[in-house]
Amino acid sequence: MEGYRVAGSLIALTGSLFLFLGALGVWRMPDVYNRMQTGTKSTTLGSILTLFGLGVYQPEWMGQMLILMLFIAVTNPISSHALARAAHHTGVPLTQKSVMDELEEDVPLPTERVLEETLSEGEEQ
Amino acid sequence: MKQSTFSLARLLVLVSLAVVLALFYAIWTHSTDPGNLSIIFLTALLVAVFFSDARKMPALTPRKVFYSLAYILFLIKEIIKSNFDVARRVIQPVMPINPGIVPVKTKLKSPIGRMILANSITLTPGTLTVDVRGDHFYIHWIDVTDGDEQGATQAIVSGFEKYLEVIFG
Repeated sequence: MEGYRVAGSLIALTGSLFLFLGALGVWRMPDVYNRMQTGTKSTTLGSILTLFGLGVYQPEWMGQMLILMLFIAVTNPISSHALARAAHHTGVPLTQKSVMDELEEDVPLPTERVLEETLSEGEEQ
Repeated sequence: MKQSTFSLARLLVLVSLAVVLALFYAIWTHSTDPGNLSIIFLTALLVAVFFSDARKMPALTPRKVFYSLAYILFLIKEIIKSNFDVARRVIQPVMPINPGIVPVKTKLKSPIGRMILANSITLTPGTLTVDVRGDHFYIHWIDVTDGDEQGATQAIVSGFEKYLEVIFG
């Protein structure tokens, strides 16, 4: 077996190890935000390394793999940010272990007030 | 026609945009034939001329290109470093986490620079941009070592900002 095949396989294996640790983190972490830290982002390096390993294993695919890595790097943070923001705005609490939540102490956004009003109207009826 | 339309800087921006577009297409399709490549490049140039807005583009200078490359390397280093850090926290029996949401302040003014900063912070495991309000980013940090605004800014943002200030400043 050629050397680059071994190297590619090892890189992809390291990537899947990070993916596994990400999954473990989703199971172990105490709240939504911490789960997001591991679940969406330990997978950054995991999927990037897996794709890079594939590129090393099959050198003619390397160009496509680099573009895929770029797409992951560009889209991944947007989805995790949107999820975290939605969770915080709908009032998903942080774990008891948390030291601080500065965002909660600030003035709520207009949309949040509208949501609260809608909710309280619903209770009255 | 305004004079700025034909400036050298605009031409440089257009050509580099066309090169990037053509490169993407050529890689996806595995094109190596010179005739094929030249048609791809001409089409990309046409697309760049019609669909780019030169006023919104940052001027290309060698210094900015150099800082952009340095920024990419710095970002890769940060991602690897913090991935190991988060992995270490996950596998320990009692997870050493100290989470919280801290405010940080950014000096960047340009919207695209801010977007890249917020996304870089999110891309780095351990920190997650939850919200942006005015000059402040609210960041969920897995290990709050400094809850103070200035300390958190120093720890999370300043590394990225050093490069982005030059690129978009």
